[in-house]
Amino acid sequence: MERISYAFADGAAIAKRNVIKIKRVPEILFSVLITPLVFVLLFAYVFGSSIDIPGGSYREFLIGGTFALTLTFGAVFTGAGLAEDMQKGIIDRFRSLPMSQSAVVFGRTASDVIYNVLSLIIMAGAGLIVGWRIHNGIGNALLGFALLLLFAYAISWVMAYVGLLVPSPEVVNNASFMVIFPMTFIANTFVPAENLPGPLRVFAEWNPVSAVTQAARELFGNIPPGTPEPTVWPLQNGVLYTLIWVVIIIAIFAPLAVRRYKKARAKS
Amino acid sequence: MKPSTKSRAPSAGNDIEARGLVKRYGDVVALDGLDLSVPQGTILGLLGPNGAGKTTAVSILTTLLVPDSGTARVAGSDVIGSPGEVRKSIGLSGQNAAVDEHLTGFENLDMIGRLYHLGKKRSVARARELLERFDLADAADRPAKTYSGGMRRRLDLAGALVAEAPVLFLDEPTTGLDPRSRIELWTVIRDLVERGRTLLLTTQYMEEADQLADDIVVIDHGREIAHGTADDLKRMVGGERIEVSLESDASMEDAQRVLARFSMDGVYVEDRTVTAPISGGTQTLTEALRSLDSEGVNLRDAGLRRPTLDDVFLSLTGHVAEYENEDTTNVGQSKIMEEVH
Repeated sequence: MERISYAFADGAAIAKRNVIKIKRVPEILFSVLITPLVFVLLFAYVFGSSIDIPGGSYREFLIGGTFALTLTFGAVFTGAGLAEDMQKGIIDRFRSLPMSQSAVVFGRTASDVIYNVLSLIIMAGAGLIVGWRIHNGIGNALLGFALLLLFAYAISWVMAYVGLLVPSPEVVNNASFMVIFPMTFIANTFVPAENLPGPLRVFAEWNPVSAVTQAARELFGNIPPGTPEPTVWPLQNGVLYTLIWVVIIIAIFAPLAVRRYKKARAKS
Repeated sequence: MKPSTKSRAPSAGNDIEARGLVKRYGDVVALDGLDLSVPQGTILGLLGPNGAGKTTAVSILTTLLVPDSGTARVAGSDVIGSPGEVRKSIGLSGQNAAVDEHLTGFENLDMIGRLYHLGKKRSVARARELLERFDLADAADRPAKTYSGGMRRRLDLAGALVAEAPVLFLDEPTTGLDPRSRIELWTVIRDLVERGRTLLLTTQYMEEADQLADDIVVIDHGREIAHGTADDLKRMVGGERIEVSLESDASMEDAQRVLARFSMDGVYVEDRTVTAPISGGTQTLTEALRSLDSEGVNLRDAGLRRPTLDDVFLSLTGHVAEYENEDTTNVGQSKIMEEVH
């Protein structure tokens, strides 16, 4: 019992530290707030103006994809943050303290949800300005946001593991972009998955980023009327398929990240 | 030859006790069978150049790293078997610990206090107290990023003291500091041991080990190469010497002839410097200088030179310990040298 309450208290102490950092490091805040804004405006005006969807708004279609893409990219913060702590020796100090062994990674993934909430708020605001609307009721829209955040939380566990595996934050950035770019672009984020050629289409249809995007679009009511129903199970059951991925990812990567943390040391 | 005759048998009074620690990284042997014993309330200086294995030893003793073989107990608990217990009794500072530069001094210490589970009230009080004691009270609410190197080190050291742990590990606490900050930090470290703490201090500075440590273990390539008090170690490289530098080559022979009269074992000449091993300390020096003066030898510099730990290190390892700046008290030697291996 004491162990569990310590784990929470320690996780909270770590999360508090990360939150203070959000306030003190303007570069991070800038990136958290401006990148999503730029993404929304860019995609809405560059792609959104040139492509027409009969009976619907491509701009509205794009927003769900932009949310999913930005939040997936946001998980890189988690990995970079842990890699930086490791590089600077802060993890060494934590590891010499009689604190819970899982607190640093739990505190980090928890506090990074704040980044994602902030960037969702910015993106939703920007979306409303460029013409995005919720058509399916506020309750469903909130479920959509929650699902996006949950998915991002799961991905940030993957990045936590990666961050503790590599020697520096730069490596996290480079390594994750190689994975996250294909993950977010070979998906239905910007074009319907059915439009992609052969193997890319199969990848996109089973890609969890597509599922969370599809689910968010449905919950926001952003699927243009007359759009053909998805033919594959993951996209027909976007919410369920996303939740399955969330559970699997956390079940695998949370223990991996904690185990990795127990061996993490500054490379000096 | 080991200068120490001390018993190294394990004893109940040792707060740190390590036997046969071995750690390899691939082909590189970081530790090659290191033994350490630190009795309660004393300072052990672990002395060696970069790459000698000091930080690896500290990492093992502070539970950050598991050795390939060997055993270690800290404050009565096994570092491998019950690392959680060890962590309750130790404080770590220095090269491998760090302050969070985005947090203020206060926030750094308060966070550490919370993570030691001191509770909010004690943690806050302790943070304020330490900031006061380490002369950081004025900077307490500024992000550590704005601190000078010396201030960061003091904050880092304060972090190790938050829980008043009985055993402290200071890994190169003064490396890279200017001489003034270093001396300030020494005062703090001495004060700690007066309060009954047990301390393992690693350093590349001979002078630091000389100033602070009760007992010194010199390591190189992961192995102990000497062990004893500073005096024991100095005795290994012989006694005191007169060293004079001349203004010109003209009186070289006169100087050698005069110093040979005082020398116990001939004279040594290098450039315009003549050295002679003597006994009798300053009295002999005074007499020698008087004789040199009456022979009309013009001196640029003269002094009594006692062996330093630098000399010990040089004679033990064949290379001079590494320095980052020249602030040694002895004349002539101890210039910056590149690491040889």
